[in-house]
Amino acid sequence: MAQAAEAVKTSYQGQMHLLQKDMMGRYFERVTRAAEQGEGKAVYMLISGNPVELVQAFDLIPVYPEIDALQLAVKKSALPFIQKAEELGYSMDNCAYVKADVGLFLGDRKTPFATIPLPALILCNYVGCNVYLQWFEHLAEYCDGQIYNLDIPFLRDPSGQPSAEDITYVVRQLEEVIEICERISGKKLDYARLKDIVRRSGETGEMWSRIKGLTKNIPSPFDAYFDSVTMMAPLYCLRGTEEGVRFFETALKEMEEKVRMGTGPLPQERFRFIIEGPPPWPYLRTFRDLFSKWGAVAVASTYSTVGGLWEFGFRHDANRPLESIAQHMLQWNVTNRNFLQRYQQIRRYVEEWHADALVIHSVKSCRLFSAGQGDMREYFTKELNVPTLLIESDIEDPRYFSEAQIKNRIDAFFESLEHKKMVHAAAEAGGAV
Amino acid sequence: MTSFENLFSRYRESLENSPLDLVREWKDRHPDTKLIGCYPVYTPVELIHAAGMLPVGIIGAGNRLEIAHADSRFQSFVCSIVKSTLELGLTERLRFLDGIVFHSICDPARNLGSVFKRNFPDLMVEYIHFPQNMTSPHTVDYLVSEYRRLTASYEQLSGKKVTDGALKQSIALYNEQRRLVRDLYALRREAPQNLSTLECYVLTRIGTLLPPEEHISILQAAIPELRQRHERPKDRIRVVLEGSFCEQPPLELIEGLEAAGCYILDDDFLLGWRWFPKDIPTDGDPLRNLANAYINHSVYSGVKHDSREPKSKHLIDKVKETGASAVLILAAKFCEPALFDYALYKRALEKEGIPHLCLEFEEKMWIFDRARTEVETFVESMLFE
Repeated sequence: MAQAAEAVKTSYQGQMHLLQKDMMGRYFERVTRAAEQGEGKAVYMLISGNPVELVQAFDLIPVYPEIDALQLAVKKSALPFIQKAEELGYSMDNCAYVKADVGLFLGDRKTPFATIPLPALILCNYVGCNVYLQWFEHLAEYCDGQIYNLDIPFLRDPSGQPSAEDITYVVRQLEEVIEICERISGKKLDYARLKDIVRRSGETGEMWSRIKGLTKNIPSPFDAYFDSVTMMAPLYCLRGTEEGVRFFETALKEMEEKVRMGTGPLPQERFRFIIEGPPPWPYLRTFRDLFSKWGAVAVASTYSTVGGLWEFGFRHDANRPLESIAQHMLQWNVTNRNFLQRYQQIRRYVEEWHADALVIHSVKSCRLFSAGQGDMREYFTKELNVPTLLIESDIEDPRYFSEAQIKNRIDAFFESLEHKKMVHAAAEAGGAV
Repeated sequence: MTSFENLFSRYRESLENSPLDLVREWKDRHPDTKLIGCYPVYTPVELIHAAGMLPVGIIGAGNRLEIAHADSRFQSFVCSIVKSTLELGLTERLRFLDGIVFHSICDPARNLGSVFKRNFPDLMVEYIHFPQNMTSPHTVDYLVSEYRRLTASYEQLSGKKVTDGALKQSIALYNEQRRLVRDLYALRREAPQNLSTLECYVLTRIGTLLPPEEHISILQAAIPELRQRHERPKDRIRVVLEGSFCEQPPLELIEGLEAAGCYILDDDFLLGWRWFPKDIPTDGDPLRNLANAYINHSVYSGVKHDSREPKSKHLIDKVKETGASAVLILAAKFCEPALFDYALYKRALEKEGIPHLCLEFEEKMWIFDRARTEVETFVESMLFE
């Protein structure tokens, strides 16, 4: 316990973080110009398995209400929007991402980071999350806007693969989306350009995958939860662009350098854990510090695979642009995989990333992630003997974060983990004598 | 008691004690028939039936089963039916099933399918992805392929090939069942004093538990008898009930709502078993007919997102068609589809000037005083306005 007593405040600022701030700042300026000066047209999309390549190919602006909602939460300005939605009839028990966004949408759509334009198209990429369908159905009704439900069949076959029919169905729908984008943008699809974008997505996937592989090193060069989320925004908003490629080149170089230097995000890495579930955005810093003080570093996270899962080998293929976008949506993201596939994903992380423990952050808003995580805990503790901690709060609603309670649980967990390590080390030492 | 009243009280008691007793008893008498449990909302039961098996509704556990194990697997903010269904499994109460099928209705139900797979390896757990793109010309093809996959899976389980002929017969049989249930609802809509919502509910619910042939003969006997009733209408408001398409409220609550002063002219209880407002054609390709009926001729629901027409418009139309003067939203606690829908319904109802009351329930609830008082207050505000 003695070593953990001092709180370690984490320094966030690497080159990658600064570049991210800069690029996302420019992205939000573009979004604001669309809203305020009518410059460009916005396509609303959802993060899970997003087909941003198509939107980039028409120079349309991808707008993700999830990113807007999480920015509101990070900037501690979500609650009034959530409450506004609740006054309109949304339940306490509805996803607070949706409520924050609806509250924003029905007002002047001004936030501390951008003004959000009305959509030229509401493209509901239904990849796993059923709340997505509700969310965009509501937005479409509120603005009387054009909506297209891009239906992605869930992975349900025992093989864990989509069927040939699933792929054909998605490709056919992507072709319909292209037709709609042609109408909205007033230009025909430039197929060669789409191939270029998809090629750059492939390169981005390659670099992102290598970055993620680096956390197998001891110490891990960065935190695969708290620092990965910084890299996720460029991954979704800028994937397929030159700028996006540049960002990931810079990030990869920086992280490789850290590996060479043997440095990590904390002065000392004492525990390596896998984390499952989305972060508590309204208290991200507080939450991070609760782990940092124990020298605990996340070496892999499921949340960083919501928009796409690249570390197990998937790459976009410029020779089959639509098929590979379809495959990305169907198979290569955590949300469209069934719950047991997520168990196996975490199991691989535990084994291949050399983790000591699993932390499950259960959020009320996102039942796609959370419903049934008690069974997941059962599997990891009883069948695999992996120490597992389950804590609850929320992704968006600040009313569900109880710092004292979460702190107690985290402290007790790492204390016992430390004890186990000591006993284990003593046994090893005893054995050697 | 008339023969109908006898029948009603027998089934009511059975449903109240344990909704699955009827199935268990049936299985004891027919040990060789395989049973497939159907989680709400909609299952293409014809596919299961045509493979020589009996599809039965696994629609929660009622309010007499204590949740002692499932709440460590699913959190406090997950609805009752997910937990009670898992509890049934963990306490060995689903041993009579050979398979169970879940669908893409909501996030907890989807994860529940996986949890079932891990915890009950002997049970065949299927999962249907129902399409949510209702405008693409390719959607029906997709759903046909999904039904074909499912059929192959059920053929393997039953050891019986599903022929077009058998499938057409199953469609005709379930058409007949759905038609009789529609008759029942029509009877209630025309003269709600002659058939209570609870009676209608019990008569419909047993259809999810018995072979369709048996249910059909029960309804064929009951409906003419019900037509002979000539009760005097009471001074009650007439409402449409919406929001209970998945988890089902306790029977006492259904009864209490009406007793509090309203006639419920239409509802969405057991909606998946009443999914089609007209018959599915029996000529042509039966799989395609089933798929096409789902996309183009099925009822609106919180678990289907049809961008061709707003859901709220369907509700408003229903209110107008039935001649109801108000809407009762009865949503299961923590049911995201129903609770989200409510926000749209509220907006549309207010725009149309149709009064409504929103209540939440849980299948496991025991105390109904509060719900009853709220309905009474609502009714009074309308009667003495």
